[in-house]
Amino acid sequence: MLLKKHALVEKNVFLLVLGIFLTVIVGGIVEIVPLFTMEQTIEKVNGVRPYSPLEQAGRNIYLREGCYNCHSQQIRPFRDEVERYGHYSLAAESMYDHPFQWGSKRTGPDLARVGGKYSNDWHVAHLIDPRSVVPESIMPGYPFLANRDLKFDDAAAHLSTLRVVGVPYSDEQIELAVADLHLQATANEDYDDFLARYPNAATGDFDGNPDRLTEMDALVAYLQVLGRMVDFTTYNPQLNLR
Amino acid sequence: MSQGSMAQSASSSVDYNMDVVRWGAIATVFWGVVGFLVGDVIAWQLAFPVLNFDIEYLNFGRLRPLHTSAVVFAFGGNALLATSFYVVQRTCRASLFGGKALPAFVFWGYQLFIVMAAIGYVTGVTQGREYAEPEWFVDLWLTLVWVCYLAIFVGTLLKRQEPHIYVANWFYLAFIVTIAMLHLGNNLAVPVSFFGAKSYSMFSGVQDALTQWWYGHNAVGFFLTAGFLGMMYYFVPKRANRPVYSYRLSIIHFWALIFLYIWAGPHHLHYTALPDWAQTLGMTFSIMLWMPSWGGMINGLMTLSGAWDKLRTDPVLRFMVAAIGFYGMSTFEGPVMSIKAVNGLSHYTDWTVGHVHSGALGWVAFISFGAIYFLIPVLWNRERLYSMRLVAYHFWLGTIGIVLYITSMWVSGIMQGLMWRAYDDLGFLQYSFIETVEAMHPYYIIRAFGGFLFLLGALIMVWNVYKTIRGDVRRSEPIGEADAIAAAAAR
Repeated sequence: MLLKKHALVEKNVFLLVLGIFLTVIVGGIVEIVPLFTMEQTIEKVNGVRPYSPLEQAGRNIYLREGCYNCHSQQIRPFRDEVERYGHYSLAAESMYDHPFQWGSKRTGPDLARVGGKYSNDWHVAHLIDPRSVVPESIMPGYPFLANRDLKFDDAAAHLSTLRVVGVPYSDEQIELAVADLHLQATANEDYDDFLARYPNAATGDFDGNPDRLTEMDALVAYLQVLGRMVDFTTYNPQLNLR
Repeated sequence: MSQGSMAQSASSSVDYNMDVVRWGAIATVFWGVVGFLVGDVIAWQLAFPVLNFDIEYLNFGRLRPLHTSAVVFAFGGNALLATSFYVVQRTCRASLFGGKALPAFVFWGYQLFIVMAAIGYVTGVTQGREYAEPEWFVDLWLTLVWVCYLAIFVGTLLKRQEPHIYVANWFYLAFIVTIAMLHLGNNLAVPVSFFGAKSYSMFSGVQDALTQWWYGHNAVGFFLTAGFLGMMYYFVPKRANRPVYSYRLSIIHFWALIFLYIWAGPHHLHYTALPDWAQTLGMTFSIMLWMPSWGGMINGLMTLSGAWDKLRTDPVLRFMVAAIGFYGMSTFEGPVMSIKAVNGLSHYTDWTVGHVHSGALGWVAFISFGAIYFLIPVLWNRERLYSMRLVAYHFWLGTIGIVLYITSMWVSGIMQGLMWRAYDDLGFLQYSFIETVEAMHPYYIIRAFGGFLFLLGALIMVWNVYKTIRGDVRRSEPIGEADAIAAAAAR
């Protein structure tokens, strides 16, 4: 009987290690590898672009503060979620997210489409003291973001690194990274060239303090772009069944 | 024969390396208290947000990874290090491979990993991946430590004087090998600069999500399950003084468990942008996983056959058996929650948090407490623990704490899930999001109180362990336990 043969692996460490390794590697290969090879894994959409330097800086702050511990960025295709948050999330919308931030818990609401729903002023007030705008909120306050200069002088290095892992930044975008970082958060400038590089980006002073480029500027710029890239007027769900 | 003299008589022939086991036992107790404390602090923060103090180092978002890593990797990891080093030596009748130096490097290297990770969390150095937050340089360090750990374990198995490798060691080995694979697979990242902490993950979006949950779910499956099953397979038979119930069952459920667990990751991504075929596959394997999980539970519980009376008198064994019970419960709840229709309600809510804690507090922590209470007198050559009554207090405080925790999270999770999808007569969403947050407030207080009881129990353990190591013995015993001690002494 087969169980009798088990003595073989019980007496040979290398057979046991090999057996364990072969047993545990299968599931990952079958489930994960096809996601890289099957074309329909990521829907065909218009509008998804790499993050602007300011948005990427804000995203890094979002990670640093552990926002993903309480906020998801993934709307499920349920009636109540679509009515509460907007169109269900597409894989294409996070194709440039290194790492993904879909989250696993909604202690606070989903943020996948929070962009454009609230004003910059609301976000700043809410981040400084959540209970000043939502009295029942249990979110921590982040007043220090408004008082701290944004440190992202190495924006070009960050964009280059992201290009290494697959985000299609152009040479021009990398060259102008620091300039774009400041331009996006400055009020009343000529944004035409910038918007050609980063269509639909929100521009202007975000934190209500035009004299400084703060971490608050970056985080609000990131929140304001969330969920606003895909052009749903040209999206056909029937062509993207998976 | 007392536990202490048992260890002595066995060690007369082999020069066991027990230093690293002693350090690991103390580190387990220490990090356990740290992890439970931070967990209870953040539980109170959710009930009373003013406790965040709006200071970046104390905010929930930074303390929550500190809590999860402290309990999983620091408390659980040290429990696994200590017990695996103990079990592999005793069941092989061989001292640890690598002399004194290599095991010492693994132990202290692992503590350094914990400290580096913890400093990172509090100061905001993070990859932003749940349960894999440490940045690239910490990951590289852990890889080095882990390779040495594997070398020690395999080396010791090679030195064994027993013909067979004991079943506990299969599980420990599966845990070490698989964690190495998962750690490498999930932490592929490119640093921005060699001297900076920041890196960007190799994968993005949907591929990154499934890689992360392939890792995340199997951190549960192999760190918190396979490793601790190894613990169960040694300490339960020892403490109950009974052989393992079924050798055949242990073979079947071992291979089935490690094969099936790996596939279950996609159930963390139900109804997301992950393609449907992957979700369904993950759900199917999650349901199948119920069987080998209960195979382990049955093998553990049935080992008590003929020794059930000891539960009345030995609170250390009570810890272990309750742990197996919680293991059975949460490995039933898990497959249920992996069913898409159920997951649609439970996902994103506190139900998941409650489920995790029935496994983490009930199974992982309880089996570890049992092993620690078993090991301390053996390692320090004491006649017995300082006080069995304190062990019983710890057991009941912990159990009541867990029950409060998981029941409050069931209620708040299911309630919130139902409120999110509630419609009024006119077809509008009935509740705003913030109304659902408000409704959970009482349950957050109950949960935090349950966590406090659990922490209190752990502090009693600290006292008991400290007094035992000092060599003190407390003579007053609860009714009924005097017989047990006399019986234990007679053995």
